[in-house]
Amino acid sequence: MSEAGTTKKFLYVNRRAPYGTIYAWESLEVVLIGAAFEQDVSLLFMDDGVYQLVKGMDTKGIGMKNFTPTYAALGDYEVNKIYVDRDALAERGLSLDDLQHLVWEDENEDWAEKDSIHLVGRDEIGNLLEEQDVIFNF
Amino acid sequence: MKLGIMVNEGPYTHQASDSAYHFTKAALAKGHEIYRVFFYHDGVQNGTDFTTPPQDDRNVVKRWSELATEHSLDLVLCVAAAQRRGLVDVDEQKRHGKAGHNVAPGFRISGLGQLIEAGIQADRLVVFGD
Repeated sequence: MSEAGTTKKFLYVNRRAPYGTIYAWESLEVVLIGAAFEQDVSLLFMDDGVYQLVKGMDTKGIGMKNFTPTYAALGDYEVNKIYVDRDALAERGLSLDDLQHLVWEDENEDWAEKDSIHLVGRDEIGNLLEEQDVIFNF
Repeated sequence: MKLGIMVNEGPYTHQASDSAYHFTKAALAKGHEIYRVFFYHDGVQNGTDFTTPPQDDRNVVKRWSELATEHSLDLVLCVAAAQRRGLVDVDEQKRHGKAGHNVAPGFRISGLGQLIEAGIQADRLVVFGD
């Protein structure tokens, strides 16, 4: 459904904790709808946004739906470039092992399962932002 | 240049909608095309006709409506965000059996695809909000 064959580079920047505000969830809603447009999509998690990907969340105590299992479906939507600010993780006492293991299946390599998450440094984030056509900042 | 505008905060609490309005007006004055203005998150509150600010203050909602009339702007409220926040047009009123509808003139409710489309079709997508 790409519009007149136009493919642009879309980056969704997620900077906020998963709960406390609705931005994380409403960002994910845009990503899921946007996936139907067959654009070149990347996600970046930085600042408190890295908390969005932490595994094993339990939201019973705050009476809200836990939407974070939805991240695991992103691979099925061909959203498989997920960048996480390595320093933001470290500053919060987190590492890759604390995050959900997000994967996608590469149809060009006999559906081999590949990691979607890539830890990046802040210099790389600068380059990532530089190469985008459209940036959503949530 | 063809511009897409995204407004992510409601009126009055944040200046985002004011800034977006002034930017849009200035861009039109310079001869640029506004492909669409898309309201998301609490930004959908910019489209409620039930707003009644004091006489000596700006009317953020009415100002958008008037600009839309003047320049045939496409002002779109995200349906998912609108449903959560009590923005109801005539169709939604019927569908959900609500007592009234409150979408201001010049605004329409539609899906997030309209935002992605604006990102694809516009030369620049300019985002206002925190």
